Amino acid sequence: MTTRTRNQALSTADVVRQTLNGRRVDLGTFVFEWLLLLALVITIGLLVVLLVSVVTDGLPVFADRGTDFLTANLASSPERAGIAQGIVGSLLLMVFVVLISFPIGIGAAVYLEEYAKDTWLTRLVNTVIRNLAGVPAIVYGLLGLAIFVGALGGLTGGRSVISGGLTLAVLVLPIVIITTAEALRAVPMTIREAAFGVGATRWETVRSHVLPYAAPGIFTGTILSLARAFGETAPLIVVGAIAGTFRYTAHGIVDQLQGPYTALPTIIFGFSRDPDSGFRAATAAAIIVLLVVLLSVNALAIFLRNRFERRW
Amino acid sequence: MALTLEDLRGSVARRRREASLRLIFAAAAMLSIVISVAIIISLVGEAANFLFHVDPASLIDRGWFPRRSLFGIPTILAGTFIVAGIGMLVATPLGLGAAVYLSEYASPRLRRTVKPILEILAGIPSVVLGYFALSVLSPSVVDPVCPGQTNIFNMAAAGIGVGILITPLIASVAEDALYAVPRSLREASYGLGARKRTTSLRIVFPAAVSGIVAALLLGISRGVGETMVVAMAAGASGGSLFQANPCQPGQTMTAAMTALATGSDQTRGLAFPSLFFVGLLLFVMTLALNLVADAFVRRVRTRY
Repeated sequence: MTTRTRNQALSTADVVRQTLNGRRVDLGTFVFEWLLLLALVITIGLLVVLLVSVVTDGLPVFADRGTDFLTANLASSPERAGIAQGIVGSLLLMVFVVLISFPIGIGAAVYLEEYAKDTWLTRLVNTVIRNLAGVPAIVYGLLGLAIFVGALGGLTGGRSVISGGLTLAVLVLPIVIITTAEALRAVPMTIREAAFGVGATRWETVRSHVLPYAAPGIFTGTILSLARAFGETAPLIVVGAIAGTFRYTAHGIVDQLQGPYTALPTIIFGFSRDPDSGFRAATAAAIIVLLVVLLSVNALAIFLRNRFERRW
Repeated sequence: MALTLEDLRGSVARRRREASLRLIFAAAAMLSIVISVAIIISLVGEAANFLFHVDPASLIDRGWFPRRSLFGIPTILAGTFIVAGIGMLVATPLGLGAAVYLSEYASPRLRRTVKPILEILAGIPSVVLGYFALSVLSPSVVDPVCPGQTNIFNMAAAGIGVGILITPLIASVAEDALYAVPRSLREASYGLGARKRTTSLRIVFPAAVSGIVAALLLGISRGVGETMVVAMAAGASGGSLFQANPCQPGQTMTAAMTALATGSDQTRGLAFPSLFFVGLLLFVMTLALNLVADAFVRRVRTRY
């Protein structure tokens, strides 16, 4: 990859034109460049406005109640409602995502990049995966509703964390495969050839040569996929995460997993629909928690990528 | 003793492990096909059930009230197109403008600072944008523009929210496409005496047009499939009459699906299967958009 040298703000023709015109500034060029910059500024500005509005709406909740907001259960009055059940639910869902989609996703990527020959089947699988990554999240919710809640309802307990977790795992799987495949592709062939040259089998090559070098890229990809799954709402709603209030005392871990649940994004959706205007601050406060988690995870991924990235 | 192939092959256990691991990895890869088939089956099954039993006249009714057996498809299609359309109106100039600036005019340091910010913007969940659309965009941006007393829920606010959501996607795909244009093309243009503005607009932009079209198609696809922003800000969760005025609340396909799923889950009537029918429509639409976008991206790759 060639390094980018500083793009000249003006080309030779621009400079000549300006000199001939005796003016320091050519209006057309000036306006054009600043319109483009305006587009960029507006885009970033919207982000700033969003963050500012969320923080100003939601910070008073933490000022008034402190960590009570994080530890209380859902309630019908905004002064008492908290997001504890959502945090627990989201964490459980992430456990499912990690346990299911990471091994399967990395395994699939390893197969497609290391083992598969370039046949029509391999090309079909690649196309299918790319298209699955573009399917709207709510369609995965329908898949989960039909299969995990419906057909496999006996095993999963219907509208339970298990169904939700499986649905999110399936949603995230294509992304894990694609990012892992990219990380594997970035490892030069010479590394593999060196291993083959001393008699390693394909798996031994992958395990001891390719995967360690691809690990930072794979980590980054999987962490970003996790962040994506954490913020997903639509499929969870379809699959049965509760958007209102509920109380559930579980008798043991299996009961907990098969019972009703909610997640942080779903709570945000539920709060926002509540006609009680006091919930607006609660919605913003819950969003602050969500954004803090997401920003930390993204920052971690970017940090890991910059720290461990190799330049071949 | 002559050396046979058997001697060179290595231990049986090693070979068996190798073969079984290969099988496991292959199974993982084939799972993706299983998932696709599962999506199609689950959608088509219930959708067919719906189509079988529905009164065809109710499909072109002027309203979408599934619980009253009014399944006016044009209503939700109109909602989806209006919201996605407004979203594209917002996202295309912002996204393409930002992309051209980053690719042609920005210093490397600015690029290094801005690209992570765009990544962060891309990572903001749609619930947050839905809240923003409802609490800030609707009262501050839409209300002044729309005539009369505007409902706090309206399609314009949802559309702008969707636009903000799509902008980073368009910006990053378009920027990649512009970046891929070889420097030699630009230099040839400068050598002939073109201004920077002319080069960017008349040379680089057309050279990257495949990638840019792909970016826009992906943006539309994302806008069509967006759920939470419209569910929170566009209103009309019980159902809606055909509505073409963006200043009014409206129902999109995705919001209709959310409403069907959160309501009573009884399978009385055709409300439940209609959920899958709309889902199938959505799946087919976004699949078509993505396939076309893919074809455009492949055209860029083969050129350079």
